[in-house]
Amino acid sequence: MTAVAVPVTLVLPQVIDSYTLTVLAIYAMLALSLGLVWGYGGILCFGQAAFFGLGAYGYAIGALNVGESTIALIAAVAATAAIAAVLGAMMFYGRLGDVYLAIITLVVTLILYRFMSSTAGDAYVLGKARLGGFNGIPGFPTLHVPGNPSAYIWGDALYYVCAASLVLVLALVTLLLRSGFGRVAVGIRENETRMGLLGYDVRARKTLLFTIGAAVAALAGALYANWGEIVTPRLFGLTQSAEIIIWCIVGGFGTRLGPILGAASMGYLKFLLGQQSLVDNTLVMGLILILVVLFLPRGLVPALEGLWIAAWQRMPARQMQRRRRNLA
Amino acid sequence: MPDVVLETSGLSRHFGGVVALDNVDFLLRARELRCLIGPNGAGKSTFFNCLTGLIRPSEGHIFMRGDETTGWPVHRIASLGVGIKTQVPSVMDGLTVHENIWLAASRHHRHSDDAERRTDEIIARLSLGPMSHQFLAHLAHGERQLVELGLVMTGDPWLVLLDEPAAGMSPEDMVRIGEILREINETAAMIIVEHDMKFVRSIASRITVFHQGRVLLEDEMERVMSDPTVRDIYLGRTA
Ligand SMILES: Nc1ncnc2c1ncn2[C@@H]1O[C@H](COP(=O)(O)OP(=O)(O)OP(=O)(O)O)[C@@H](O)[C@H]1O
Ligand SMILES: [Mg+2]
Repeated sequence: MTAVAVPVTLVLPQVIDSYTLTVLAIYAMLALSLGLVWGYGGILCFGQAAFFGLGAYGYAIGALNVGESTIALIAAVAATAAIAAVLGAMMFYGRLGDVYLAIITLVVTLILYRFMSSTAGDAYVLGKARLGGFNGIPGFPTLHVPGNPSAYIWGDALYYVCAASLVLVLALVTLLLRSGFGRVAVGIRENETRMGLLGYDVRARKTLLFTIGAAVAALAGALYANWGEIVTPRLFGLTQSAEIIIWCIVGGFGTRLGPILGAASMGYLKFLLGQQSLVDNTLVMGLILILVVLFLPRGLVPALEGLWIAAWQRMPARQMQRRRRNLA
Repeated sequence: MPDVVLETSGLSRHFGGVVALDNVDFLLRARELRCLIGPNGAGKSTFFNCLTGLIRPSEGHIFMRGDETTGWPVHRIASLGVGIKTQVPSVMDGLTVHENIWLAASRHHRHSDDAERRTDEIIARLSLGPMSHQFLAHLAHGERQLVELGLVMTGDPWLVLLDEPAAGMSPEDMVRIGEILREINETAAMIIVEHDMKFVRSIASRITVFHQGRVLLEDEMERVMSDPTVRDIYLGRTA
């Protein structure tokens, strides 16, 4: 898969401007984080936007305080992961059902939205960073070459950093899913009770997977802060929360490529629709979602896989088996 | 008594006003095979689920090989070396036979080669080879039960708890399951909750009869079968 990813990464800038591509790569990473947690771990997280937003805010606050990007980036991811670990432990050790988990994660996101929107006053200052209420935080130092704060990474270079990060995260997620931990996570998705009866500590493993997913979302958030050069409470908004889920449903949960392609294509479509005023873009997004749910209930990528496998129907069974496993 | 592997004292469980389990003292020795019988709602599954950690007893204590396990979470009890099958069949439907068994093996074998070897061993032992790459959702009921039994035995447990392992099985499947259970029993103590009296007769040694949350009687097979009270409470049931 990486073998395909690299040339695609290099060719795309010839077709689409790198400013748009950067945000598509970031969205793809964000979707991949939910694809991991929900698609492979069976954790119905409706609040992945919370970790995206925390990563972005964490980066902005960190960068303003240390005046440098490398530490800010690492700290943003680490702090978000720590928050996710606490939240996850409370939910999983509290034996919360799927629906309650979905509601709580969404509520946490909305609380963050409300809170960040109400931080306009002088009371809301963290070190050198003013949280700035609805207007958010602008003017923080953006990404630069580690150790050289004057060598800013922006434009095409930022795109390559984001694309390379996406490919790296994808490779790591692939390794994780092939490892014992990943296979056990899928087992837990399939039957939590049974995995407990086999002696696996389901609560600890779900907490860990949830935390890893949050860390990936936070990295996407920190990169997003660099792309937008401002962070606002809208990152925690209902629209953002819903969009991540829509990307994954359209692309296909239970695959790695699905969320990535879902996010990139829906994100690009939104960008194109944003350039005209003839049709409302939420309407088009909603329509696509409904069509996919009705006609390709497993999403685009699994449907294409199905076609691909059907085309190879005449292959000897053993070769098929191998192919199917590689695709999974 | 070093050879006691499981003991409960004064075990009770209420559901609101319903007393599902009422002050049960129970003892099981190493390599013993015990069947629990009793009419619907007698409290067998409640007792069983207290042992496995799936539900917490309201009162009383549970000891396994000397450790008090009362209130332990299910994964800790399983990790002691206890193999469990609940009344509702519980397998990973979206995974293949091989993947299912591998997940059980991997809990006990850190090296993936060892886990792989153990998986193949169990699949061969249950003669599931031809369907090892089929998804559980596509298998017949009897085959799924067999896979679940495979999950239970993969970790070489010293205590095996089975709630209705023969439910809904064809006579041929039952014979096969009976053989496997006897094989497991060579190294493990076993508690089997079962309704099918023919099946119980074919495997049982000692029997505990539950009735209204209490232990009504505990004795050898033949004596239990000829007990008038047991006959009374089973009247009208398929024997
Ligand atoms: N979760 C629960 N909530 C409320 N009542 C329960 C619950 N589980 C069991 N009971 C009640 O406890 C009693 C014992 O039920 P249990 O399932 O232990 O019986 P059983 O002997 O396993 O029956 P069966 O042969 O039908 O499986 C019944 O009256 C049942 O209705
Ligand atoms: Mg029962």
